[in-house]
Amino acid sequence: MKLDGKVPTGELSEKWTQYRGTMNLVAPNNKRRLEVIVVGSGLAGASAAATLGELGYKVKCFTFHDSPRRAHSIAAQGGINAAKNYQNDGDSVYRLFYDTIKGGDYRSREANVHRLAEASRTIIDQAVAQGVPFAREYGGLLANRSFGGVQVSRTFYARGQTGQQLLIGAYQSLSRQISMGNVTMYNRHEMLDVVKIDGKARGIITRNLVTGAIDRHSAHAVVLGTGGYGNVFYLSTNAMNSNVTAAWRATKRGALMANPCFTQIHPTCIPVSGEYQSKLTLMSESLRNDGRVWVPGKKDDVKAIREGRLKATDIAEEDRDYYLERRYPAFGNLVPRDVASRAAKVACDEGHGVNATGLAVYLDFASAIMRYGKSEAHSKGMVNPSEDEIKLLGEKVVEAKYGNLFEMYAKITGEDPYKSPMMIYPAVHYTMGGLWVDYNLETNIPGLFAVGEANFSDHGANRLGASALMQGLADGYFVIPYTIGQFLSNEIRTPIIDDQQPEFEAAEKAVKDRLAQFINIKGKQSVESFHRRLGKIMWEYCGMSRNEEGLNKARKMIQELRAEFYSDVFVPGELNEYNPELEKAGRVADFLELGELMVVDALDRQESCGGHFREEYRTPEGEAMRNDKDFTYVSAWEWTDTTADPTLHKEELEFENVELKTRSYK
Amino acid sequence: MKLNLKVWRQKGASTGGKFETYTVEANEHMSFLEMLDVLNEQLIAEQREPVSFEHDCREGICGTCSMVINGHPHGPMKGTTTCQLHMRHFNDGETITIEPFRSNSFPVIKDLVVDRAAFDRIIQSGGYISVNTGQAQDGNAIPIEKDLASEAFDAATCIGCGACVAACPNASAMLFTSAKVSHLNMMPQGEVEATQRVLNMINQMDSEGFGACSNITACEAECPKEISVKNIARVNREYFAAVLASEKNPSK
Ligand SMILES: Cc1cc2nc3c(=O)[nH]c(=O)nc-3n(C[C@H](O)[C@H](O)[C@H](O)COP(=O)(O)OP(=O)(O)OC[C@H]3O[C@@H](n4cnc5c(N)ncnc54)[C@H](O)[C@@H]3O)c2cc1C
Ligand code: SF4
Ligand code: FES
Repeated sequence: MKLDGKVPTGELSEKWTQYRGTMNLVAPNNKRRLEVIVVGSGLAGASAAATLGELGYKVKCFTFHDSPRRAHSIAAQGGINAAKNYQNDGDSVYRLFYDTIKGGDYRSREANVHRLAEASRTIIDQAVAQGVPFAREYGGLLANRSFGGVQVSRTFYARGQTGQQLLIGAYQSLSRQISMGNVTMYNRHEMLDVVKIDGKARGIITRNLVTGAIDRHSAHAVVLGTGGYGNVFYLSTNAMNSNVTAAWRATKRGALMANPCFTQIHPTCIPVSGEYQSKLTLMSESLRNDGRVWVPGKKDDVKAIREGRLKATDIAEEDRDYYLERRYPAFGNLVPRDVASRAAKVACDEGHGVNATGLAVYLDFASAIMRYGKSEAHSKGMVNPSEDEIKLLGEKVVEAKYGNLFEMYAKITGEDPYKSPMMIYPAVHYTMGGLWVDYNLETNIPGLFAVGEANFSDHGANRLGASALMQGLADGYFVIPYTIGQFLSNEIRTPIIDDQQPEFEAAEKAVKDRLAQFINIKGKQSVESFHRRLGKIMWEYCGMSRNEEGLNKARKMIQELRAEFYSDVFVPGELNEYNPELEKAGRVADFLELGELMVVDALDRQESCGGHFREEYRTPEGEAMRNDKDFTYVSAWEWTDTTADPTLHKEELEFENVELKTRSYK
Repeated sequence: MKLNLKVWRQKGASTGGKFETYTVEANEHMSFLEMLDVLNEQLIAEQREPVSFEHDCREGICGTCSMVINGHPHGPMKGTTTCQLHMRHFNDGETITIEPFRSNSFPVIKDLVVDRAAFDRIIQSGGYISVNTGQAQDGNAIPIEKDLASEAFDAATCIGCGACVAACPNASAMLFTSAKVSHLNMMPQGEVEATQRVLNMINQMDSEGFGACSNITACEAECPKEISVKNIARVNREYFAAVLASEKNPSK
């Protein structure tokens, strides 16, 4: 299969404008006759559904949640990037483009990333117009902060709840379209298959999660905005119900899964505390603006801390190893996520980890509190303020910036992060991989599109902070509403798709058979227990660092686990009722296949890049070593029959505007 | 720690329900939902049906988790959702009663799961600013006073969980509705539609069958996001002004 990214010709900075100006349009009277299914109501899905509705298409939007407002995007904390240059610090569309390409370790498509940087600016305008209460300065203008991997301040935020506020904005726009009758909303409906007719995506099969009814839905085109697959690791910062099923069912129908091994391990999460643990909690990257990461330099101190004889605050300044500042003086605590995570792993592997499990480092706000406190005292005109007064003032400033995160930390750990440093450790957070799409965000199945975290585009091998919200909203508000026209303009003569066709019937039957199969296994082990075991394999062998031997072992273990699942899983309850265990069974079954593909992809990619660190490929200083000569491609995997090996299709990446360099944050 | 759980079990909307009792072994670092996970794993191991409850983010932000714990929506801790509640706040040997959010406008789907779609319909009736994609001016074109933005933000942090309704003896949805009206009406962007918004949203709320607000303020006490009842007062004022205005000018 020849993969065509369909990148338009012309100058990089002109491509999108020119392309948009010459694209096929669909006339308003025809739009009313064209139906579009949008699966997902997160930032990407909700913004796409709302905008397509505004344009006049007949939209049906699906979510497995009880309301579109609950999508996992709601949990995003830190912020959203935009090249507004409101801070006058030299930011520009080109700089955001360049940072994102470099941050992604040169494994993304130039043209897509440039378009993303262009769209970033209008996203902020749109959100403000919707009433999103972004943080503001005293003068009433929008405030910014910095995120990792960049040297400008371009991140817009709404306290530590940016995702919530942006999603509510998109949800409100979607609600307006629902009230106007342009979008029909299907809550508590889980998509379990894509229906293809004459090679084109023409509908989906869903399960009504309340009644268990299996339904057919047809449309001229299908858009998947179904999120990422980080939960393949079981423990991750994703919401409990996030899953790969929609994208995976598309893969089983012939869509290609791109770069599945590119997963992001976020450096600042609350460490694992016990076997019962169900999820991990992120502490936003924005904290690294003010928090300093360190471990005790002396092993004796480490031991004393683990045994509870010493506290973090007892360790003298000169006995602390601020390892990020030491190793990466140019970026310090604001190195990109992949670099920060690996550095934490190295510190812990070398025996400097600070909690009982040895898997934690400190994130310390003491210096920031004093710095802010002094500045506040000064601006309040206080003469000779005491240390305690300064501290109190400083804590107030920190609270205003990160209050909800500090509170969340205290609730979970029972400790006060204002008084002693937070303990953090890397955790699975985001998946750069996803369905392969071309410049139009269309998969290799005509009429099937993917937006947001569900597609692979834009972030290469490592995503920079505050850029997923940007991408989800760019895709949904400003890209798909245009590019879908390229497909739909050729469909204006196609009547409403009849859902009584044999393809719908066959897909419905396949879904019903599969669900019945889960219930009928009647084994002994819970779905959850399989998911946990899969997660451990993935984390151990396909997590922060990978090697050939481990990956080969993991592949075998996953195959065995899958076989065990199909012979010994126990799914209680019935098909025709509200049954969360049945929902989980389908999702875990899909993870058990995806996991294997991730391992296969990680084996194929014999280089280290971004979040993909192969131990065999590193520099003498232990940094990742890319191999541009052999691996400057997107790995797009075809895998419809899991009893055979997956087939690799390559899309060579061409860089016409940036020079491929070794990423250095030193 | 060993706990006795009295849990509401109900097969579906149209069937009756009853309490069942279970014992479970937990530890104080677990979250409340992780404790229920343990219970469910135990039930599954005995080939019995697990307890259905809703949850997703487990970070206190999605508003999915619900349930009434020992008589309090989201349990006894102030400003805390069920998913953020930890077992260190309970005692060894304690009996904990767990029920669904109860309100006629939130019918039970199964066990602890209720249908809160009425909230979506309230938002659909006017909880938005009518601006199409692409119509916006530059974000910095409208400066907004920092304190005002912050106050609007406080109202906007509502997670749509419905605890306010479950807490209210009248099952009023006034805290939820007023939080959204306030968020939007306070901002200059929302001013244009302010009058229509408050009328439409309050009318929709009434037609969903939620009770009237009689200023008991149990909602504020139980709200996990500590949304203030000041929003209710503000919206009452706006509503009466809007009703008067629309009586004077019925065409609007
Ligand atoms: C804790 C956390 C913090 C983050 N913070 C930031 C941040 O500060 N800045 C940033 O840029 N990014 C951040 N991210 C990343 C970002 O939030 C996500 O990448 C992004 O929100 C994904 O949006 P989405 O619309 O693609 O998917 P989601 O929001 O996950 O939405 C998926 C939707 O698809 C639906 N769905 C899925 N499968 C099906 C199916 N089979 N049938 C029906 N419906 C289905 C779901 O119901 C849901 O509506 C964070 C992520 C996490 C986990
Ligand atoms: S006002 Fe509070 S209790 Fe009511 S829905 Fe919003 S967050 Fe929940
Ligand atoms: S599960 Fe999301 S708020 Fe509790």
